[in-house]
Amino acid sequence: MSIRDNAWQMAAALNNKEISAVELTNQHYEQINAVDKDVHAFLYLDKEGALLQAKEVDKKRAAGERLSPLAGVPLALKDVMTQKDVPTTCGSKILENWRPPYDSTVVTKLKDAGVIILGKTNMDEFAMGSSTENSAFGPTHNPWDLTRIPGGSGGGSSASLAAFEAPLAIGTDTGGSIRQPAAVTGTVGVKPTYGGVSRYGLVAFSSSLDQAGPCARTVLDAALLHQVIAGFDPKDSTSINQALPDVVAATKKLDIKGMKIGVVKQLAGEGYQKGVENKFNEAIAELVKLGAEIIELSCPNFEYALAAYYLIAPSECSSNLARFDSIRFGLRVGDDKVKSAEEVMNLTRQAGFGREVKRRIILGTYALSSGYYDAYYGSAQKVRTLIKQDFDNAFAKCDVLVSPTAPTTAFKIGEKSNDPLAMYLNDIATIPVNMAGIGGMSLPCGLAEEDNLPVGFQIMSPAMKDDRMYLVGGALEAALLSKWGKPILDFAPKLAGSK
Amino acid sequence: MSLNYDSALEIYEPTLGLEVHVELNTNSKMFCGCATEFGAQPNTQTCPVCLGLPGSLPVVNKRAIESTILIGLALNCSIAPFSRFARKNYFYPDMPKNFQTSQYDEPICVNGSLDVEIETDEGNKVFKVEIERVHMEEDTGKSLHVGGSTGRIHGADYSLLDYNRAGIPLVEIVTKIVPNTGKYAPLVARGYVAALRDILRSLKVSDVKMEQGSLRCDVNLSLSKRGSGVLGTRSETKNVNSLRSVERAVTGEIVRQANRLQSGEKVVQETRHFLEESGQTRPGRSKEQAEDYRYFPEPDLVPVAPDGKWIEELRKSLPEKPAERRKRLQQAWAVPDKEMRAMVNAELLDTVEQTVLLGADPTRARSWWLGEISRIANERSVLPTDLITVSDVAQIIELITKGELTDKLARQVVEGVIAKEGTPSQVIAKRSLKVVSDDSQLMKAIAEAIAAAPETAQKVRDGNIPAAGALIGAVMKLTGGQADAARVRQLLLKHLGQ
Repeated sequence: MSIRDNAWQMAAALNNKEISAVELTNQHYEQINAVDKDVHAFLYLDKEGALLQAKEVDKKRAAGERLSPLAGVPLALKDVMTQKDVPTTCGSKILENWRPPYDSTVVTKLKDAGVIILGKTNMDEFAMGSSTENSAFGPTHNPWDLTRIPGGSGGGSSASLAAFEAPLAIGTDTGGSIRQPAAVTGTVGVKPTYGGVSRYGLVAFSSSLDQAGPCARTVLDAALLHQVIAGFDPKDSTSINQALPDVVAATKKLDIKGMKIGVVKQLAGEGYQKGVENKFNEAIAELVKLGAEIIELSCPNFEYALAAYYLIAPSECSSNLARFDSIRFGLRVGDDKVKSAEEVMNLTRQAGFGREVKRRIILGTYALSSGYYDAYYGSAQKVRTLIKQDFDNAFAKCDVLVSPTAPTTAFKIGEKSNDPLAMYLNDIATIPVNMAGIGGMSLPCGLAEEDNLPVGFQIMSPAMKDDRMYLVGGALEAALLSKWGKPILDFAPKLAGSK
Repeated sequence: MSLNYDSALEIYEPTLGLEVHVELNTNSKMFCGCATEFGAQPNTQTCPVCLGLPGSLPVVNKRAIESTILIGLALNCSIAPFSRFARKNYFYPDMPKNFQTSQYDEPICVNGSLDVEIETDEGNKVFKVEIERVHMEEDTGKSLHVGGSTGRIHGADYSLLDYNRAGIPLVEIVTKIVPNTGKYAPLVARGYVAALRDILRSLKVSDVKMEQGSLRCDVNLSLSKRGSGVLGTRSETKNVNSLRSVERAVTGEIVRQANRLQSGEKVVQETRHFLEESGQTRPGRSKEQAEDYRYFPEPDLVPVAPDGKWIEELRKSLPEKPAERRKRLQQAWAVPDKEMRAMVNAELLDTVEQTVLLGADPTRARSWWLGEISRIANERSVLPTDLITVSDVAQIIELITKGELTDKLARQVVEGVIAKEGTPSQVIAKRSLKVVSDDSQLMKAIAEAIAAAPETAQKVRDGNIPAAGALIGAVMKLTGGQADAARVRQLLLKHLGQ
């Protein structure tokens, strides 16, 4: 048993009593102690809470209680999900030291399943960014190369997996924040169908796009975690009251003979790194070998997805982030008993929000203003409908769609932080999935020849057909593993102090 | 020279618009499960959702939607097959999310009407008030500004916030403009709010207590020069909280605006506050710019698409219209207009009806509730129904009708029940309040009375019938008021040869 094992292997070892949950949890804290000073994946470690949880699981197992498949396996939680009495900052100064009085539904489900929550992971402030550089608490470093970004916004979650600090993690994906970090760290990340996983307790960035999902080192691990967190929640009006297809069974099937796989013409070419395209094409060749039929497709409205996204997401965020006003929780600045409530609100928001958050609040406030609403927000909603139609047309011809997850491998920290537009382009291939509310997965498909950094392969499946991406992902992963001879993370340089 | 009300109306024609906010009486809030009880300790009825804590999400209260549809149906509105919530964005400390979840361009009920009957010196008149929309929204928290002289946020030392009210379901009922009410504008405004209140009460969807703020009215008023056909600029007087104040606010605004216009000034489009003492309005916080609420569809809620079958079921469940019910009861009970009005104004129509339904005579039921019981209730500043139950009153009236109690005895029974001496029969037993119906006992008392006043008795014998009154009074006194005076009179006159 090693911390480099997969979550399902750890679950088996726990089940066979080869190791206790407490021991497994302690091993992961040792790894975190050894490497996180370099990686900075975590913002907060809840060692006491985690060990208490682990003890509970061990006790139940000893008593012969029936346990959930992932009981006792540790997990890293993105700091955008509320966990009762544990700081939840969203990577922002404005929420520094805020301890929510309630658990998000995802956390409730994790706790009920006996999954051990190690701590909270770093992220771009309020999930706005593609590099985790927008965290108010300093960037996270990519375990493949500490001078590079781990993706964003969920860079802390993906880095914790790649650094073997946790075998499982929770991310949230508004425009690619699970999939792009997975792509650039050589891990697996899934954005479920919108409404498939409850958003209750997910601190909203853009309500109509946000979706929590599983992050792991293998497709099967992601599927197991997906089953724990998914399902209808009466506390979330937008959650879907329909059973999730069996994603674990789909992953284990490994048979994609005759499946129709669509390659989206618009998600390739200009702006895509050569090595990314090469690895993507090699993966396509593997799929052909497995008996899949490849169809080239056009989704003409994808061209407008990025522009529309940067109207809808900021508009919703300008309203969602209005509640951070110092009155009931969080940071309060300038309260000298003389200044008015309004002045204190202003000063707090000035001091508490970072540049990118302010940029988007201003953008969204403008886009929703009377006189501009129709031209901006209204048009963006129309584009959204057109993108959905593009997907509908495509899925009429094929079972899943595929593309590179991100146009490039991990870039250098600081390289794009002064160029928001270049940063936004990182999500060009992931955003259409959020706009349509469908499912998307990223799994590693090799190392780009230019820089030896991991490349992500994206699989998109229709709404509530999440099993399809697991089916294709599981089969592709198995084929690539046998081709490489070892997991992709074994190609990564070893971190100082790592086990 | 300044214009008074009458001279103002010679020159100007008022146009009304009324917005009524009603707090629904659902057990839980609009978007969470918190209780809605009025007057609870501050901030004891809150949760992450109504406090707007990060990560929390709203879920629509189905009862609130049902109540709103009922209101729409009772106001003859069409119910939209598809309606949406929207966010109204603005910052205020007592608004937890700094946006109010409301409805904007897709309200749930549209295009209704309400007939408002008012009494005038030219007889009763009916005005048809058209309803533009009925929509749902959530209430805000409550601020208490401490220190400073005005009780307003500006100049206060500090403010206390109570979020118990935050998220209470509100229904907003908005009229179209109400034209051509002329000098009756204040009465139409008052009559509209009263009629609306009656409907809401009959639907049992709200407490409709204006003094507690569960029904509040914003009065929009503008003046146009007679014959010009051009609508003037309106003012909006916020949160007027009694029927009388609605009437006074309209009167006050007509006079104020007329005088402004007459002296060549303009009416400013602004919100104003009603001043209870003077009946005048004062300007609210002046806004340099029109507020831009940046409405957009609430992404956390799915659209409301009520099932047609459900709407029809609700339509069938609508109670009798209050105005129709009143006419029916007035006819059945043969009540004169004035008494009927008194009963309605005292809000005792329901109580009287319930008493009658238990078998009581309508006239007696009315006079007991409006008379003796209301008098005691007024003295103690409580509601008549807080003092005594409908069934106790019905029982007492039954005993009067049967001749087992006189009015005078009945008053003592009521007094005893109110003093918590027990049920009417217990009070009767304890106080020995039986009518003396035994003639021989009465004859004994009559003989005693005559013996005590032989001269008076002689007068009666001589044909001076009114003189019998004193003797009857004496008999009543001797029997401790428990005799039936009519029977005493009969026996006395017979005994004295009359």
